[in-house]
Amino acid sequence: MEARANELRPSGPVAAVLLASGIGAVVLGGLTIAAEASESFANSLAYDLEVGPLSGKTIWATAAFLVSWAALTAVFRKRDVNLGTVGIVTAVLVGLALVATFAPFFQLFAPD
Amino acid sequence: MELSSHEFWALVHGAILGGAFLLAFSGGFAGLYSLRPEWASREGLHERVRRLIIGTTTMAALVWFTVISGTWIVYPWYREETPDSPKSFLLANPDTKDWHEFAMEWKEHIAWIAPMLATAAAFIVLYYRDDLIKNQTARKIAMACFIGAFVIAVIAGLLGALITKKAPVS
Repeated sequence: MEARANELRPSGPVAAVLLASGIGAVVLGGLTIAAEASESFANSLAYDLEVGPLSGKTIWATAAFLVSWAALTAVFRKRDVNLGTVGIVTAVLVGLALVATFAPFFQLFAPD
Repeated sequence: MELSSHEFWALVHGAILGGAFLLAFSGGFAGLYSLRPEWASREGLHERVRRLIIGTTTMAALVWFTVISGTWIVYPWYREETPDSPKSFLLANPDTKDWHEFAMEWKEHIAWIAPMLATAAAFIVLYYRDDLIKNQTARKIAMACFIGAFVIAVIAGLLGALITKKAPVS
């Protein structure tokens, strides 16, 4: 059955959602570090005063996920992409995001 | 024996959505794990994939509802700038401040990675449907995303439960 995998629908859209999830996660991690490093940047992310900077971080991370998903789908829609490689790239991006959102790590960037 | 609106939403966010999420994970994981050519009959495949679609999409929806309700409904009460808010209570005591500075700070960020991974897993299942059994690479990646989302959600949920035990939103 594995040999018939070539008859399947193109893997591009799957690659798009995988990479988008990695991109969304990395954007969240990057914003978390940047907000920790700069109070003025953190304040600029506080679109909702009750939620604070977390509102901007999560809005931008979700937007990055959805926009990159749509853009990558447009690019890869009819292509067959090596899902093994895409899986590894996604794992690296999510791994970076997990490190960046780990409190003892991002708190290293807090100004003294 | 009444719940305030704060307690009600904390319950919805933590226990009700969390409990449903665990059920959805169990079903989705069993379906993904066993979706192998040697374990599935042609007749049973369609029904199994149908249940798998329900499990993975339900889990993705639940994780989105959980993080949105947690961040936009419960979290503002947690961080209110009043002396009796949970955040103020935890930071007021050196013995409990790590519950905010480590546990809450980690939980509020890491949790948002889970819905993106759960969405990717659900999309893969929805995209290939019955043909997912023919593409074992896609099945394994979907399973990795699904488990990743679950582990992240469990970390966030466990930290949330422990924080609530120390300083409940009420």
